[in-house]
Amino acid sequence: MSKNEYSVIGKRLPRVDAKDKVEGKALYSGDLSLPGMLCGMILRSPFPHAKLIRINTEKALRLPGVKAIVTGEDTPKVKYGVISRSPKYMDEYPLAVDKVRFIGDEVAAVAAIDPDAALEALELIEVEYEELPAIFSIEEAQEPGAPRIHDHAPTNISREFHIKTGDVEKGFLQSDLVREDTFKTQSSIHAYMEPQAALASWDHNGKLTLQTKTQTPYYVQQHLALTLGMSPDRIRVIKPFVGGGFGANSDGMHSHDFCAALLSKKAGRPVKIVCSRDEEFTAARRKHPVTLTMKTGVRKDGTIMARKCEAILNGGAYCSLGPLTTVLVGTFQTLPYGFSNYQYDGYRYYTNKPPCGAMRGHGGPQCHFAQDVQMDMIAEELGMDLMEIALKNGLQTGDRSAAGFKIVSSGFHECVKTASEKGRFREKKQAKKNNGKTAYGIGMGCGGFPSGAGFYFNKTTSAHSSVVIKADEYGGVSLFTGASDIGQGSDSVITQIVAEVLGLPMEDINLTSADTMLTPPDMGTYSSRVTVAAGNAALKAANGVKKEIFKVVSEELDARMGDLVTHNRKIFVKGSPEIFISFADAINLYQIKNNGSPLLVKGSYNSPDKMSPTYSFGVYVCEVEVDLRTGEVHVLKMTVGHDCGRPLNPMSVEGQIEGCIQMGMGYALSEDLIFEKGQTINPSFLGYKAPIANQMPIIDIHHIITEDPAGPFGAKETGEGSIDPTAPSIVNAIYDAIGIRFKELPVTPEKILRALRKKKRGYGKKTD
Amino acid sequence: MEKKLIEISVNGERHEVAVKANDTLLEVLRDRLGLMGTKEGCSVGECGACTVLSNGNPILSCITMAMDAADSEIMTIEGMSDGDALDPLQEAFIEHGAVQCGFCTPGMLLTAKELVERENRPTTKQIKEAISGNFCRCTGYVKIIEAIQAVRK
Repeated sequence: MSKNEYSVIGKRLPRVDAKDKVEGKALYSGDLSLPGMLCGMILRSPFPHAKLIRINTEKALRLPGVKAIVTGEDTPKVKYGVISRSPKYMDEYPLAVDKVRFIGDEVAAVAAIDPDAALEALELIEVEYEELPAIFSIEEAQEPGAPRIHDHAPTNISREFHIKTGDVEKGFLQSDLVREDTFKTQSSIHAYMEPQAALASWDHNGKLTLQTKTQTPYYVQQHLALTLGMSPDRIRVIKPFVGGGFGANSDGMHSHDFCAALLSKKAGRPVKIVCSRDEEFTAARRKHPVTLTMKTGVRKDGTIMARKCEAILNGGAYCSLGPLTTVLVGTFQTLPYGFSNYQYDGYRYYTNKPPCGAMRGHGGPQCHFAQDVQMDMIAEELGMDLMEIALKNGLQTGDRSAAGFKIVSSGFHECVKTASEKGRFREKKQAKKNNGKTAYGIGMGCGGFPSGAGFYFNKTTSAHSSVVIKADEYGGVSLFTGASDIGQGSDSVITQIVAEVLGLPMEDINLTSADTMLTPPDMGTYSSRVTVAAGNAALKAANGVKKEIFKVVSEELDARMGDLVTHNRKIFVKGSPEIFISFADAINLYQIKNNGSPLLVKGSYNSPDKMSPTYSFGVYVCEVEVDLRTGEVHVLKMTVGHDCGRPLNPMSVEGQIEGCIQMGMGYALSEDLIFEKGQTINPSFLGYKAPIANQMPIIDIHHIITEDPAGPFGAKETGEGSIDPTAPSIVNAIYDAIGIRFKELPVTPEKILRALRKKKRGYGKKTD
Repeated sequence: MEKKLIEISVNGERHEVAVKANDTLLEVLRDRLGLMGTKEGCSVGECGACTVLSNGNPILSCITMAMDAADSEIMTIEGMSDGDALDPLQEAFIEHGAVQCGFCTPGMLLTAKELVERENRPTTKQIKEAISGNFCRCTGYVKIIEAIQAVRK
């Protein structure tokens, strides 16, 4: 079928769950309840590093309404961690044993009849700590004789990772210009709207059901089994509607999942724990602050000859997904530019701060900020602009990046050209900048991102994604997928794919997703993998259903299978739509010919490449206005060239890009978790300063369609990579406006004013 | 704590509820009346997810005491559509892709409802100002603004 004949693919279609959501009918984990349900709450450590001497729960247990309390002593004391292929990354107890390692570490949990009783009980639990010296900064962690946070990590390094390809020193010698700069990124956090919540209940056979806010129900199942000391097949994990994840819930089980389960077992009643916003900002997973020292050598014509990069990650108290982040900061910076001499040395340190894990872009925002600010500096020194550098070095179809990413399709050059042309990049760069009150500037940022990782974090024989389709005799189709819709719209995209293949309207598809008992295994929603992996699995399953149906219809109509088409609930010979068999009749025909056996087909997908099946690209041209009196930056416009292969639903793709620009703006300009001795001092939406509606720029998105050979209907990822170009494009635009380079995020009004004053006095460096 | 019986009118239905002095309107809506469409995002009046209309005006139900809501007409998201007929704003949010995770959606819709009823043809600036108290982390607000614009015309 030619691309113009698709019925639903490529169309701007409403999401399958949008109606439920606008009517307030969509139920999230915190909205659920069960008869007899208790309210669970968690007691957290007030100290960043301390020995746990004893916990006395007697007084709390005597409080009326308190039904159960659990501490580390009530647990099998088994450590877990999402990257369970390596025992050394399993460094966390679901409830503290012997020691606490950050302010917010989970110490005990209580279940009571209402929140008031639970809260009061928390205050009555007596915990005796012995404070230990704590470390917060990389410098403190590196110091000889520094306090050791984990016994297995004598140097406080939780992960190091190195890449060496080609000969960097030779590359630098062959370069006409070599720049070395140090960039620093801040502590930032997902700030999703829905606070994490979990509801646990046990049946009479000792089976546990946990409904929880997660991106990875199968990992939750596995980690619960490990830490509770039971078999995973006695645990059912269900993902209800999720109010945004952005990576925070991609590392499987969290302590509140475990505590809800254990409290429920002990109390013999369902227990729900809903985290407070304060807990979210204080104790939940967050993004790694990274210090990157980046050295890049180029020829006069802009060709990149060599790159050397050292990245130091402040990982916080536990591994979470951080060991992978350490790798990705090194691999992601080999997109979207090609170079053959590359050395990367990444080190992740334990500190007594909340653990850092994955957040949208996962290592990409940090290294792409550094890369494109540096490339913009290099371009300027060479008398070029970033557009020219990007066109010179951008990866093309068939190329391989320095970290080994195989580029299956690349629309990068088109992205550069389109964003530059539509954003009038060069023309506006020449325009008048400064009227004394405000200064105008334009900048560019470039990115590329894998469409999903090619490996599980645990040992399993399961395919990366699987989909089961059951076609029903009334013509409806039941679709079962392990993929987790967390608000990004995977339920809709998977439905769309199956509807397209089977020639059915989307409302005929009944989707069940992310329920470990009902749906086939899936790695989960992370690494921007769902459209390609679960989409391909759905495509295979739907094609399997179509084949079975066409087999019986071809016999019935005496037609060749290859001549049949399915469209609008009818199956007919191409060109003769008047002679048809309805989809429902075809299913019945199938059942008659198969002794009533239901038409059940499965489809599975494994990435053909261990790194990723394919890569997306994006280029942003950003226009800003800097208020010279207040130091405020107004982002005026973002012009986007974006290659996600074929956008299966352009409206959904745009939504991802627009959301990424919002999050990337916050990252560039305002968002920052501030700590004092390990204590988060701005644990609130207002304190954290994520962008609000009246700060948003005009966003002009241009889809560059590449028809990727690896993706379903040619699609690649959008949800994560789209954040990467944002921060460098803004920071480069600020430079264009006021002539000051910022190498540390976020670029706050205070920093800008300070730098402007320094510059005015004339003795300032060009950087801040 | 002592409880007081109040009468509260929600989506045109009157309810008698016994409340403590520190019970919020949000708790009454969700925990007593089972209206789970009103979301709790922060509990301190910062994010706007709990927005409901009180006599047509948007209020933050998480920092409104239930006792103070007695005698006013409350509208939650459950009362926004008329049976099967969605409000034009709800339709527009669906059509324009203004809904992603959906957690901010109920509050956002009610804020928008008051705006379009008050202004009839609000400008883009007015729309942005009006929803700046409703935090959304998914959409970048672009399609939400487009949806509200579609309804004003």
